[in-house]
Formats: sequence, structure tokens, C-alpha cells
Amino acid sequence: MQQRPTLTEIDINRDLLRPTLATPMWFYGLMMFLFLIVAGALGAFAWAINHGTGVYGLNRPVMWGFLLVNFVFWVGISHAGVMLSAILRLANAEWRRPATRAAEVLTVFALGTAALHPLFHLGRPWRIYWSMPPGYDFGRGIWPDIRSPFVWDPTAISTYLTSTALFVGLLLIPDIAVLRDRSSGMMQRVYSMMSLGWRGNTRQWKLQIIAGFLLSALILPVFVSVHSIVSWDFAVQIAVEGWNATIFAPYFVIGAVHSGVAGVITVLALLRWLFKWENYIRDDHFDALARLLIVVAVGWFYFFVIEFMMGFYPNEEPELSLRNLQLTEWPFNAAFIVFALTAFFIPVPLWLFRKVRRNVALMFWTTVMVNIGMWLERFLIIVPSLMRKQVLTFNWGSYNPSPIELILVGGSFAMVFLGVLTFVKFFPIIPLADAKEGAIMATEIRVGKVMVPAAYREE
Amino acid sequence: MAIERKWGMAVDADKCTGCQACVVACQSENNIPINESDHFLQRRAIQWIRIERYWEGEFPDVKARFVPMLCQHCENAPCEPVCPVFATYHNNEGLNVQVYNRCIGTRFCANNDPWNVRFFNFWEPVWPETLRNQLNSDVTVRSRGIMEKCSFCVQRIRRTVREVTREGREVVDGDVVPACVQSCPTNALVFGDLNDDSSQVSGLSKSGRQYRILDQLGTEPAIYYLKKVDPNAITEEAHA
Repeated sequence: MQQRPTLTEIDINRDLLRPTLATPMWFYGLMMFLFLIVAGALGAFAWAINHGTGVYGLNRPVMWGFLLVNFVFWVGISHAGVMLSAILRLANAEWRRPATRAAEVLTVFALGTAALHPLFHLGRPWRIYWSMPPGYDFGRGIWPDIRSPFVWDPTAISTYLTSTALFVGLLLIPDIAVLRDRSSGMMQRVYSMMSLGWRGNTRQWKLQIIAGFLLSALILPVFVSVHSIVSWDFAVQIAVEGWNATIFAPYFVIGAVHSGVAGVITVLALLRWLFKWENYIRDDHFDALARLLIVVAVGWFYFFVIEFMMGFYPNEEPELSLRNLQLTEWPFNAAFIVFALTAFFIPVPLWLFRKVRRNVALMFWTTVMVNIGMWLERFLIIVPSLMRKQVLTFNWGSYNPSPIELILVGGSFAMVFLGVLTFVKFFPIIPLADAKEGAIMATEIRVGKVMVPAAYREE
Repeated sequence: MAIERKWGMAVDADKCTGCQACVVACQSENNIPINESDHFLQRRAIQWIRIERYWEGEFPDVKARFVPMLCQHCENAPCEPVCPVFATYHNNEGLNVQVYNRCIGTRFCANNDPWNVRFFNFWEPVWPETLRNQLNSDVTVRSRGIMEKCSFCVQRIRRTVREVTREGREVVDGDVVPACVQSCPTNALVFGDLNDDSSQVSGLSKSGRQYRILDQLGTEPAIYYLKKVDPNAITEEAHA
């Protein structure tokens, strides 16, 4: 059985609300630092708008570069939310408790940041609403072409963003009510508005739990659809031999879960270290998440091998030249080696050891490693395929990212972390109600000669 | 308004000398900005028609082969369905048309174009002061952030149809001449209506020398290349 310190409700409130009610000074410094990076990235985007898409390193034939790689990366990270909160909630996995909200919040900000990338990427960003659901310019006869994956993309992403934001908001209500009772002035008014009159009576709890399960079930299709659609951005293109593969949808989905769950572990490890939440995010949780990650990583690796090997089967020139480029030509060969080591061969064997799974520092570094590898994986799929589109060797090209693209990529990381930290400043990132429920469920009372759980969940 | 036309072109690679006259003619007809060395170094030069040069054989027994490459105006164009805003579509004369002011610059079409004949305006195009007066008033000057491509000189097609209608007759083979075809000194390029069985181009499209580039993708290109296959050719791979 898990070792679990006994925590009273007072302990839980004090510990988990600390970043919100008694924010340490370094927190503001960190936020300021991240904000400056984000501001720099927005400045870079303004520069790009002012001077034209030429400031990116793109060319013919490599029309999509780092920005699209980063877009796929952040959509991938966002898959953690639905994996942890919806699937594990429906499966009633006890160890998901502290991780769910962190996963959902990471999802919201990762997805919001991802959604900005097509904007950065467009030739005429001020016209982006022509391809987005609320903005279709029907009045002027600008119809979207529903055959284009770039119409499916905004639809899927806005669905996911809306449902996750609802999910976070809904599960936050009881915790906001706690905050309302412990704050004053302006913030209290805001919190009481957001808590929607929560008083914690039985009927409200019942409705909240039902709504949570309903949303988890409704959000499930999104789990498959979002990253499948992102993969179809690439897979529908018959012109690019390296992309035109039917395996892309499941391959991208499982890759997304791989990087997403790793991202959640990274965030949890950071939070635990920053706020000393050893009693809440316990070693057991890392252990369980890492075991989930082993399964996902092995599944993903299977898809990777199949996708890679299938390229050789038709024995066609473009595919072979693409593999040749990915495996033997600088800098792609180096990227490939780093990718293979960091995404699979170093972390997964390490996680097989219980000691590693329970070592937070090691878990932090291995999961960071996974995401380096997964970023490179998207890069190795997107850019080399464009450099070797077809047999017409006259049109083979290359690509060097420009400083503006690098700033935007760096800025996207700062933006996601700033978002998560801002959330931590205003709301508890570990669900108070869930932590208390978990504590109650784990309490045992003596009945006669046996110890039995003090509470049973009504199924 | 069904117009029973399907514009197409035959490119006789046996006749092409690689002189680039078509490239220059296209440049001046279609208001394409001057490609400076920087544009080529950045691989962002815009040439609606270009001469692709492939080497055949090993030095010293080497031959340069030229393939004039332009938009293939596919019947089943892969670039069309991927555009989210219908900026590119097929019109009823077999042309793959680009609507400049509708384009938002996703560059999706350029990726899904196997021949790399779609060009993106990475920068705002500029012309030297001395060339301001040579711009063709029949053709839009494209701004930055949008795609552009060979239009089969649609402005010439429209003008010819207008003039011919005024004369009170039908368009016959040879009435419409795009800039590249007009400038070709060896008559390697032939333009016309593929649906008109008597036209020169439809005759060439049934020639024994005929092939279409990347035909296996099933996009039904409207450009037919002609090349005599040399049974004694050196079967080395082509290198750029």
C-alpha cells in the first residue's frame, strides 16, 4: 500500500493555497523574466508582420519550418490533459488526483500557444479569421473549403480548447469557493463571482460530480480527433512522399500522449520542488505516471519503427533519399541520434527501475529529455520531407531557421510556463477537493477486528 | 456556362535549347519582380516558368538536359483542395486559377505541389524606378504574403476571346498565345485547346513521344512533354 502522511483539511488548505495566498517574492521575479521573453517573441512577430514572411528562414520547397514543428509539438503536449483527466477519471485511477488539474492547465496553455503558431506562420496573418470557425467571412462570400485540413484544424483545436477550459473551470468551482472565503477586497469579489454561488451542499456536489463525468466522456472523441487532424495536415499531401502515409494519424496521437504525459511529469516535478509539496505529489504518483509512460512510449516506438521501415518497402527514390538525408547527412543525422536516444533509448530503460521512477530529479530530467526528443521527431518528419519532396532533384532544397523563428519558438515555451505560473498564482493547481476526498478515502477505521476504509464511493 | 475548352500545352524537350527566353518573356508579361542574386541564394526566386537542367552521363561524356517547368494545370490538382479559403480552384476552361486577394498565405498549396511551381511572395515586390513603366496593366501586381503561379497568361486568353467575339467568330487554334510560347525560338512550346481534336496541341498530346511528369500521382497534368527515348542512352541517374 502507498505510504501516505495523515493530513487534516487545515493542512491541505494551508499547503495547497500557499502560492495563491502567500506568494513568495521569487515568484514575481520568475514571472517578470518569462514575461520579458514573451514580450520579445511578440516583438519578433511584430517585426515579421512589418517586414514580411521573408524574415523566416523558409524558402521553396521548404515552405513550412520551425513554426509548424512547434505547433505540432504544443498540440502534442496538450494531449496530456485529456489523457489524464478524462481517461483516468473514467477509469477511476486513484493516483491521478494531484496530476489532473496540472495536466488540464498545461493543456489549456499549450493549446492556446499552439493555436498562435498558424497565425505567426501565415503570409497575411490579419486574414486568419477567413479560415477559423467564428470568423468565416460569409458576408463577403469568403467560404472556407471544408476539404482543407487547415479548416479541420481550427475546428478541432477550438473544440478541444473550449472543452478543456470548461473542464478546468467546472472542477475549479469548489476550490474557488475556498479561496473566496479566505481572500478580501477586490480578489474576493472576483472569486465570489467565479465560484457561482458555491456553498458546498450535497446537491451542488452531486451536480458537479455528474458534470465532471459527463464532460470526461464527451471529451473522449477529442482525444483521437485533434492530433489525427494535425497529422492530416501532413498525411493528405500526395506531393510530399515522406508525409503521404496512412499511419500518421495513430502515430501522431500516441506520440502526442508520449510527450504530453512526459510534460505533465515535468510540471509536477517542478511544482513539487518549487512549493515543497512532497506530501501531495508523492513518489507513488511519479511511479504510477512513469509506468503509464513506459506503456505509451513502447507503443509509440512500435509506430515509429513501422513508419520508418515502411518507407523502405516501396523502394522508391524519394523515400530512400529522405531516409538517406535523415540518417546520414549533417545536421539531420545528429538530430536523429539525439532524437532516438532522448525519446526512447535513454529514458525508457531507466524507467524500468523502481528507484528511478521514485526519484523526482531523475524523472524531471528524463521527461525533459523525452520532450527534446519528441520536438526533434516532429522536426525530422516535417523539414527533411519537404527538402526531398519528389524525384525532381532540381528542386531539392534545404532550410535554416532564422533568428526570428528561434525567438518565436523560445517565446512559446516562456508563454506556456508563464500561463501555468499565472494560473498557480490565482488558483490552486492541485485540486483541494480532490486531495481531501483522497485523504478521506484512504482513512481506515477499526470495525471489530478488521480495518476497513472509512468511506466508500457510491458507484 | 459550360465552355468546352481545356487549355493545355505541349513541351517538346527534344527541341528545347535551354535559352531561357520563355523565362524572360513570362517575367515581363506577368509583372514578376526582378529576381536578384539574393532571391536565388535564399531560394525564393519567382519564375513562373523555369528551365530545370539535369546532367546525363559522366564527364566528359556528359549532356545537359532541359526541362521547362511551369504549373501543370492538373485536372485533379493536389494544390486545390488543401487551400482553406478557396484561393485556388479549377475553372471551367481547365485552368488552375489563383485568386490573389483571397489568399492568406498558409503555403499549404506550395507544399502539396509536386513540381514546386507555386511561388510565395516572401517580400513586398519592388521594381527599379526605370522599370516602373514596363509593368503590364492587364496583370495584378501581387503584394507580399500570397502565393502566385503560372496562369497560362489568362489575361491573353481573355483578351483574345474578347477580340475574336468582336470580330464575330469562334476562337481557333493558334489564336491564344501565352508569352512563353510566343517567345520560344525553337517552337518547343505549343499551347492550345486539348478538347479540340484538330488543334496542334491535342495532336502532340497523342504523340508516341508523349509523357507527363509525375504522371503516377494521378493528378492528370495538362502539360504534355515530348521526348524521344534513346534506347542507347547512358542509364546513369540524373543529377542536378
